[in-house]
Amino acid sequence: MAPNPSLLNNPALDDWLTFGADETVTVRSGKVDIGQRISTATALLAADELDVDPGRVRVARVETGLSPDEGLTVGSQSMAQTGNAVRQAAATARRHLLARAACVLGVDVATLEVEDGEIRSHATNRRTSYWELAADGPFGIDVDPDAPLKPRTALRHVGTAALARGLEDIVRGRPHFLHDMSLPGMLHARLVRPPHYHALLVGLNEAVVDRLGAEGIEVVRDGSFLAVAAADEYAAVRASGRLGAAASWELGDGIFSGDVYEGLRGNEKVSLPVIDGTPAEAPVAPLEGPPADAAVTLEARYERPYQMHASMGPSTAMATFDDGRLTVVTHSQGIYFLRLALADALGMESEAIHVRHAPGAGCYGHNGADDAAFDAAIVARALPGAPVLLKWSREEEHAWEPYGSCASMDLRASLDGHGRIAAWSHETYSDTYSMRPHPGPDGTGAARLLSARFLAEPLEPHVPGPALGRHVGIHRNLDPLYDLPEKRLVKHLVRDMPLRVSALRSLGAYANVFAIESFMDELAAKAGSDPVSFRLRHLSDPRGRAVIEAAAERLDPAGTDCPQGRGRGLGFAQYKNSETYAAVIMEVSVGDRGEIRLERCAIAADAGEVVDRAGLAAQLEGGVVQAASWTLHEAVTFDRDGITSRDWDSYPILGFDNVPVFETVLIDPGRAPFLGAGEATAGPAAAAIANAVCAATGLRLRQIPFTPESVRAAALQS
Amino acid sequence: MNAFLLNINGAVRKVEADPAMPLIYVLRNRLGLMGAKLGCGLEQCGACAVIADGERVLSCVRTVSEFEGRAITTIEGLAEEGELNPVQRAFLDAGAAQCGYCTSGMVIALTAYLEAEEHPDRRGALEALEGHLCRCGAHADVLRAVDRLLADGA
Repeated sequence: MAPNPSLLNNPALDDWLTFGADETVTVRSGKVDIGQRISTATALLAADELDVDPGRVRVARVETGLSPDEGLTVGSQSMAQTGNAVRQAAATARRHLLARAACVLGVDVATLEVEDGEIRSHATNRRTSYWELAADGPFGIDVDPDAPLKPRTALRHVGTAALARGLEDIVRGRPHFLHDMSLPGMLHARLVRPPHYHALLVGLNEAVVDRLGAEGIEVVRDGSFLAVAAADEYAAVRASGRLGAAASWELGDGIFSGDVYEGLRGNEKVSLPVIDGTPAEAPVAPLEGPPADAAVTLEARYERPYQMHASMGPSTAMATFDDGRLTVVTHSQGIYFLRLALADALGMESEAIHVRHAPGAGCYGHNGADDAAFDAAIVARALPGAPVLLKWSREEEHAWEPYGSCASMDLRASLDGHGRIAAWSHETYSDTYSMRPHPGPDGTGAARLLSARFLAEPLEPHVPGPALGRHVGIHRNLDPLYDLPEKRLVKHLVRDMPLRVSALRSLGAYANVFAIESFMDELAAKAGSDPVSFRLRHLSDPRGRAVIEAAAERLDPAGTDCPQGRGRGLGFAQYKNSETYAAVIMEVSVGDRGEIRLERCAIAADAGEVVDRAGLAAQLEGGVVQAASWTLHEAVTFDRDGITSRDWDSYPILGFDNVPVFETVLIDPGRAPFLGAGEATAGPAAAAIANAVCAATGLRLRQIPFTPESVRAAALQS
Repeated sequence: MNAFLLNINGAVRKVEADPAMPLIYVLRNRLGLMGAKLGCGLEQCGACAVIADGERVLSCVRTVSEFEGRAITTIEGLAEEGELNPVQRAFLDAGAAQCGYCTSGMVIALTAYLEAEEHPDRRGALEALEGHLCRCGAHADVLRAVDRLLADGA
C-alpha cells in the first residue's frame, strides 16, 4: 500500500491525538466535515482502537496552526488519508500508553486490559487510565504507520451504522453553520457583483454612497469590487440593492455565447495521449481504421453541459482584520491552501493569517467558499477591528461559482466475430477541473480567487496547463477498467471556453463513465449480449465483477421481472481505477410527455473496510441522487449579457417527487484499505439512467440533460 | 423601525424592525433563532420554513408585519422539555441529512403535516416535502425517516 501522505507530512502523534484532563480524547484531522460524516467515521476508528466510548472522542475543528495539514478535503480521500492516519495514531497511542502503564503498575503488558480508557491488569488489582498517564505531557513520538491494529473481531463500533455527529444540533435548530455565527460588533456584508465576468465598474452615483454613509452603512470599493457592510443584516441586503442600482458598468464584448459543443471542437486545445490513466507528453496517434478482424465497428458521441455545485446555502465567510492580522472563518475544503492564496492576494505574510473551518452547506467540490473568504477579507481589511460576516446571495451563488466543465466524448470500438471488443478509442474534449486556489508559482493561487480580477490592481485570471497526474481532471476514469486488447485514449484541454470552471464532484469521471458505460450497452446490443454478461466477459477484476453481480442479483437489467413499460440499465466503474467499485442499476419508466421517472435503484459497492455503514450508504445514495439530478435536469444557461441560470426556477434540480426506492449493498472485504465513497456512483448513475431509458423505449440519449423535450426530440428522430 | 409583538414558540416577543423586513431576518438577527435557514430569499427552496397557525409558511419573503397575531413555531420550539418531537427523532435516527442546511425546513414541513392530518400517508408526506430542495441527495434517508414515522403511527 502506498504511504499515507497525511502521515508523511504530519508524523507527530501529538498532532493527531490528545488526551484531556476531562477524560476525553481529542482527534485532530485536517479533513473538514462537509456532510460526508468524516468526523463520525474518525471518531469510531479512534474509539475502537483505543477502547474508549465514542462519546469521549471529540473531533476538533480544523484550523491553521493546530490541525495537521492534509491539503484538500477532496477526491473521496478522507477515509484513505485521515481515517487511516487517525486509526494508526490511536494504535500507536494505545501501544505507547500500555507500555507506560505496565511500567507504572509493575506488570507485564500482556496482562493489561482497557475498558473505556481505564487500564487494569488481571495480574494485580491495580489500575490506571489513559488520562492519568497522559497527564505527564505530550507523547513526543511519531505515529507508527504499521502499528498493529486490533483484530476486526474485537471492534465494537467500526462497521456499525453510527448516529451522525452534529445531527442532533441540526434537528434541534441550534447554531451549527458558519452562517449562524454572531459576534459582538459584527458587521454583515453583501456584495454588488458586475453583470458578468468581463464587466468593469465605470461609475457610481456618489449621492447614493453618501446617503448610505449617512445611514451608517459602509461602502467598500476596490476597482470593480463593490460591497456594503452594516450592523443589521437586512439593512446590508437592502443597501446592496440600492448600491447596485447606482453603479454603471462597462460591458465590453460580454460572454461568448456560441454553441459550447462547437467550442469544444473548434477552439485551440492541448491534446495528450493517456496511457494507463496518465497523460503522456507525446503526440496523439491518429485514429486508424478498424482492425482486420473487426466484425462490427461502432461510433458515438456523448455530451455533458456546464453544471453547477448549486449549494443550498450561499457561500459565506467571516473575516476580522485587526492590528495587521487577519482571522478568517470559512467553509473552504482547503484551509492551508486558502491561507497561502489570501496571503498572496492581500500582500500579507501567511503567518499573519489564521484560517479555521466552520460548516457550510454541502459543496460537492470547489464552489464559492474560497472566493467568499477573499471577499470577506477585502471588506474586513477596509473596516479594521470589526468582524465581518459576508454572505453571497442566491443569485451570486448560481451565477459566480466555478462550474463543472462541459465535455464532449467521441468513442469508437470494434467487435470481433465472437462478440469481444477488439479495439477501443475514446477522446474527451473539456475544460480544466483544477482551479482551486492552490499555491503555485507567480501567485497562481491568488489569481484563482474570483474577486482578484476585479480589484484596482487586478490579478489576471490564471490559465492552467493540462493536469498530468493519474486519473485527474478531464481524464479521470477515461481509461476503462475492462480488459481491452487495444486502447487509444486522448484528452483535449480546450482553451477559451466561456464560463468559469473548477472541480465538481467526480471531475471528468461523471462524463467519461457516462460515455463508456452507455457505449458498453450499445456494443452489448450489437454483440447480441445482455449488459451484465457483456461486461463480465471483459472484466477480470474480481472486486469489479462482484459488485456488478451483487447489483444484478437485486435488480437484474435483463430480468423478466421488470414491469411492463419499464426498463433497467446498468452503470459500473471503479473510481479512478483505484478506489471504490460501484455498480448502479436503475429502473425507470418514461411518461407520454417524455418525463423520466426513477422507480427503483440497486447499488452495490466495495469501498474497502466499512467503518460507518450509514455514512457510507448515504454517500453512495447521495451520489446517485445528485448525479440523477444533473442527468435529468441540469445545464447552466447563459447569453452575452451573463449567466441566466440565476435561481432554482431557472436551474431546476431533482425533487422528492422523483426519488427511486433504493436497495444498497455494501460489500465489506474485511481488513482492506479504505477507498472512499463520495464520488463513486455519479458516473455509473448517469449511464444507468441512459441505459434504462433505452431499455424502456429504445431511445439512446447521448446528450445530458435528458429533459422531456430531449426525450421527445429523440423519439421524433427514431 | 416599528415595534411588533410576535407569538413565537409559545412566548410573546417584542421586536423592533423595519416593517418590510422578511420574518427570517427577525428570527435570526433579532431573536437569535438560527434554526430557519436563508437558502434563496425567493420562496424556492424551503430552508426557511416555519409553522404559523399550524400551517407551513416560508419566512424569507413574507414580512414580519404579516405574522403579527399568528402563533409561530420554529424548529427551536418543536422539542418539549428537551424531548425531540417525533419528526426530529426520526430524522436523527435515520441519519436523514448530510450537510443539514435544508433539514430544518423539512422537519418543519413534516411536523406541520403530521399535526394537521388525522390519517397521514406517504403521498401526503411527499406533498408536504414538495418545494423542499436538498442538494446532498439525502432524499432516500429522509424518506426512510418518513416511513418510520408513518409506521409508528405518528
